[in-house]
Amino acid sequence: MTRIRSAHLPPLRDAAAIVGIGQTPFSKSLGLSEYEMAVDAIWAACEDAGLSPREIDGLVRYDMEQIDEEQVLAALGNPLLRWFCGTPFGGGGAASVVVLAAAAIAAGMAETVLVYRSRARGKNSGYGKDPIQGGRYWEKMPESLPGLNQWHVPQGLVSAFQEMAMISMRHRIEYGTTDDQYADVAIAFRGHAMRNPAAVMRTPMTRADHHASRMISDPLRLFDCNIETDGAVAMIVTSTARSRDLRQPPAIVHAGAMAAGSHHIRLSNLLGRSRDDDSAARVARQLWESSDLSPADVDAAFFYDFFTSMVIIALEDYGFCRRGEGGPFVQDGGLAWPDGRLVCNSNGGQLSEAFIHGFNNTTEAVRQIRGTSTAQVEGCEIALVAGANTDPTGAFLLRRA
Amino acid sequence: MADRTATITRAFPRPQPTRDNAAFWEAARRGELRFQRCSPCGVFRHYPRPTCPACLSREFTWELSSGRGAVYTWTIVRGPTLPAFQDRLPYNVVDVLLDEGVHFVSQVLDVEPEELRAGLRVRTVFVPLDDEITLVKFRLDD
Repeated sequence: MTRIRSAHLPPLRDAAAIVGIGQTPFSKSLGLSEYEMAVDAIWAACEDAGLSPREIDGLVRYDMEQIDEEQVLAALGNPLLRWFCGTPFGGGGAASVVVLAAAAIAAGMAETVLVYRSRARGKNSGYGKDPIQGGRYWEKMPESLPGLNQWHVPQGLVSAFQEMAMISMRHRIEYGTTDDQYADVAIAFRGHAMRNPAAVMRTPMTRADHHASRMISDPLRLFDCNIETDGAVAMIVTSTARSRDLRQPPAIVHAGAMAAGSHHIRLSNLLGRSRDDDSAARVARQLWESSDLSPADVDAAFFYDFFTSMVIIALEDYGFCRRGEGGPFVQDGGLAWPDGRLVCNSNGGQLSEAFIHGFNNTTEAVRQIRGTSTAQVEGCEIALVAGANTDPTGAFLLRRA
Repeated sequence: MADRTATITRAFPRPQPTRDNAAFWEAARRGELRFQRCSPCGVFRHYPRPTCPACLSREFTWELSSGRGAVYTWTIVRGPTLPAFQDRLPYNVVDVLLDEGVHFVSQVLDVEPEELRAGLRVRTVFVPLDDEITLVKFRLDD
């Protein structure tokens, strides 16, 4: 192992652990409201941890989460919270929620923190009509735009996937990333999903299948995009000291980092900035510096796979390869279990398992640390979880006790 | 199955001028592309904002752009999209790096999808949306 010495241990170091994980089934239509799904997943996480929900004294949520603290507490015996906060930017906050929970515990502001995400976004979901819950955010655009989206939406750039397409296209222009390399990501994750009974997409995918899927926004095809699903995921984070008395082997939060740079929605800002000076690359530098670890130590990685192209770019952001080498890195099963260069999103990720704003990748990282994944990396000791790399974002490292 | 279309925005999503950007939209209405330029350090900026990102000065002028630049990146939107753009599918969206050094999201008119590539030289063309708002688009620069 490559170990880098730090003069002082960061306060977050090994202070907290994920001790309970819970989820609903994942589906294109579950027939449940976001509230019902959230509560089901939270109860499952408490039972997994062997904790009463009354012991929860902290809560962190995605700020896009529509099921707020008060609604949740009412279904959990009304525990009193000492700490609650949210993190913005959707997928950008996918790992930050755990960083914030661990930080609260390290600072003594809370002992047992609940984190969750519930989404009714399945294609056939019964909840797409609600003005807040479900549906696509960009379809509910105001008709008069005083904000910065006035620089994009009236030009026909209305949605995140189109912005990602333009960022992805630039990566191809600079580095020659190919359709085949995109397919390699999609096929590797589909292979993982085929082993995972919880995954929504479990039919085999070939390179020809990928290339035949319809172009959505060049260069992104349907099979380059995350699926849309109904489902909820919840987690319990507590102090590492306390974790020793609980039911499950703890997944210790070894290090965590956050950084706010540009965001894909403000595309002109993002494209005007060096990638090495933007959110994900800064998170990566902080994470490795504060962890005494390097990419070579990671046994399983979980990148925010909203698009195949973004996994390729994330490998570069987090230092698994140099800029422009993400494409060759994923080639020929580079991310596939069990023999890839780096086993990645072993649940099938958001491309094939479910799209719960990245939180389903975090539960899988915990399973890898526990040794219970359906695509288990033998002797998995260190797992990386990263939020969306085109947003202000965060990442953390889990380790086995 | 829910009828998702019930909550979709139907009207053309229209820019709403505000204090910091009104001068941009007034210029566009006259057929001019203007960007803020920092008085002390000379750096151009977009989106409109009160402060220079390079030197933090709040002194600036609205300078006329050359209106010329090169395609930095692009996409062809093939759907889904908002109803306002539905009958234009497939359409391009480009990011133009203007010669002044600012990025600007727009469209290149009268170009086939296969013709788009990075580095393509383009120049402004002004497309009125209504009496107040004119959108800045681009054409191939010959």
